[in-house]
Amino acid sequence: MGQRIDVEHLDVFYGKFMAVENVSMTINPNQVTAFIGPSGCGKSTFLRTINRMHEMTDKATVKGSILLEGRNLYSSEIDPVQVRREVGMVFQRPNPFPTMSIRQNVLAGIKLNNKSLTKAQADEIVETSLKGANLFNEVKDRLDSAAIGMSGGQQQRLCIARAIAMKPSVLLMDEPCSALDPISTLAVEDLIYELSSNYTIVIVTHNMQQASRVSQRTAFFNISDVGKPGRLIEMDQTTKIFSNPSNQQTENYISGKFG
Amino acid sequence: MSKIGIFNWHRLFKTDKFYLLVCASSLFVLIILFAITVFLLFSAMPALESSQTGLLGISWYKSSEANNILDFCLPLVFSTILSSLLALVIALPVSIGVALFITFYAPPKLAAIASWVIDILASIPSIVYGLWGIFVLCPFLNVFTGNLISSPPRVLFTLSIVLAVMIIPIITSIIRDIYTGTPHLDIEAAYGLGATKWEMIRLSVLPYGAQGAMSAAMLGLGRALGETMAVLIILSPGRSYSFNIFGVSSHQTIAGNIAAQFPEANSLGVSLLTVTGLVLFIITFLVNWAAKKIAKSGVANV
Ligand SMILES: Nc1ncnc2c1ncn2[C@@H]1O[C@H](COP(=O)(O)OP(=O)(O)OP(=O)(O)O)[C@@H](O)[C@H]1O
Ligand SMILES: [Mg+2]
Repeated sequence: MGQRIDVEHLDVFYGKFMAVENVSMTINPNQVTAFIGPSGCGKSTFLRTINRMHEMTDKATVKGSILLEGRNLYSSEIDPVQVRREVGMVFQRPNPFPTMSIRQNVLAGIKLNNKSLTKAQADEIVETSLKGANLFNEVKDRLDSAAIGMSGGQQQRLCIARAIAMKPSVLLMDEPCSALDPISTLAVEDLIYELSSNYTIVIVTHNMQQASRVSQRTAFFNISDVGKPGRLIEMDQTTKIFSNPSNQQTENYISGKFG
Repeated sequence: MSKIGIFNWHRLFKTDKFYLLVCASSLFVLIILFAITVFLLFSAMPALESSQTGLLGISWYKSSEANNILDFCLPLVFSTILSSLLALVIALPVSIGVALFITFYAPPKLAAIASWVIDILASIPSIVYGLWGIFVLCPFLNVFTGNLISSPPRVLFTLSIVLAVMIIPIITSIIRDIYTGTPHLDIEAAYGLGATKWEMIRLSVLPYGAQGAMSAAMLGLGRALGETMAVLIILSPGRSYSFNIFGVSSHQTIAGNIAAQFPEANSLGVSLLTVTGLVLFIITFLVNWAAKKIAKSGVANV
């Protein structure tokens, strides 16, 4: 089941440079939330703080708090590794483990937690995860062949299968379709839509049609100038954001007028 | 533009000076390699054609009690391969460990210093390692093995440690460069699933670097096979097919044997040594060829 996320007064820094300033928002469970905004406004940076992936970047730090169903992810007793097992991530470019088979890829994360998996349990997880990612029928006859032999769209759905195999409560996706062709994009969008009944999904996208197709709520970020931090400008129902936004900056952005 | 094989005649005749220089130097290298092979074959001929009676005229051949040339060469080949493989078995895990430490664990300053030291170590001449072996390692090992084996322990085990120490820097520096290049995508894939650093290394770095590590190992092996000075200084020679790496006077390598016998050898003796040299040439050639093959199949997989 998806969990609710409350972000409170979050600042993100790269060294001394403030990349994101004072974001507060609530992300509803079992819904798709889209982040939109111009390049460099800190969408990826902010997204990565939700599972503490930003800590993989040198000198990236945060101030403020993020509550996952009331638990502060940044309190000192929380292990960031554990956070990433609960909050899954799908990246901009499909990144299956290149030396592993399809099956091994799906199981890669599970095996970190649970070393003594029986064959039957493993088969079960592989099947449900691949079905969950709408991929099972396409690959069921070649589960043991290399994952990099698949098409880009299939690889991305495999990465989603790999993430949902961990039974996360939240799935973060950073422009998951930007490296895919239109057909694969549609397949992944359908999948995201279906997954939203069981997971809390946050998706960063540059494609506004995509945001309106898959998401229930949309957050618009903007940056006032180069070198200035990105801010959350407006967050609302997706239909409202794209038809009748309350902020002039949002209006300009979605209608293609900048500045 | 006409291209024939690797040459571009059009450019050659337009006297592109740099192109001419590059062609000439690569041709030069090929000619030298060819000349060496011809020379080795040529000077190996007398020994290869000689009868057993003729060979018995060489004092150290006679005392080796070999029945024929092959019989003479094989124990040398055995010891050469045994000592080098053992060295590799010691060196490879250490090199991988150091490379991982430098790339993923050490703080940046320490990593830079360690990298620098490794590169320096890789350029130290082998005789220095040999002297270190006899003056430092032997007395040190002697403390533990004094009552059990000869003192000082001038045995194959000691030699393999010295060879390992000698090839660790070069293997480490190659593997480090490979690990540094692990694609960011792969690293994030592992971390995104909640991998710890060590789990990330197992999921992403080691598989990515496996082929490169393999070919680095082969290059190190090639070095160990041909090492002369360390062998000459450390090993007390012998001839056997013994796997007892602590056995005294039971091993001698090809390169060590050549260096030891060459000063006293008559012309047939030199010819016989050349035969063993040719065998070493073939072994190292095979090892390097394997290294290239492995490296190539690695590129094809990426
Ligand atoms: N690793 C990093 N180190 C330093 N600064 C960074 C790093 N990553 C991003 N930044 C900076 O932080 C700001 C926000 O970048 P971010 O990648 O989050 O933007 P984005 O909204 O995702 O842009 P895009 O739409 O192009 O992906 C930018 O000014 C960027 O230069
Ligand atoms: Mg981004």
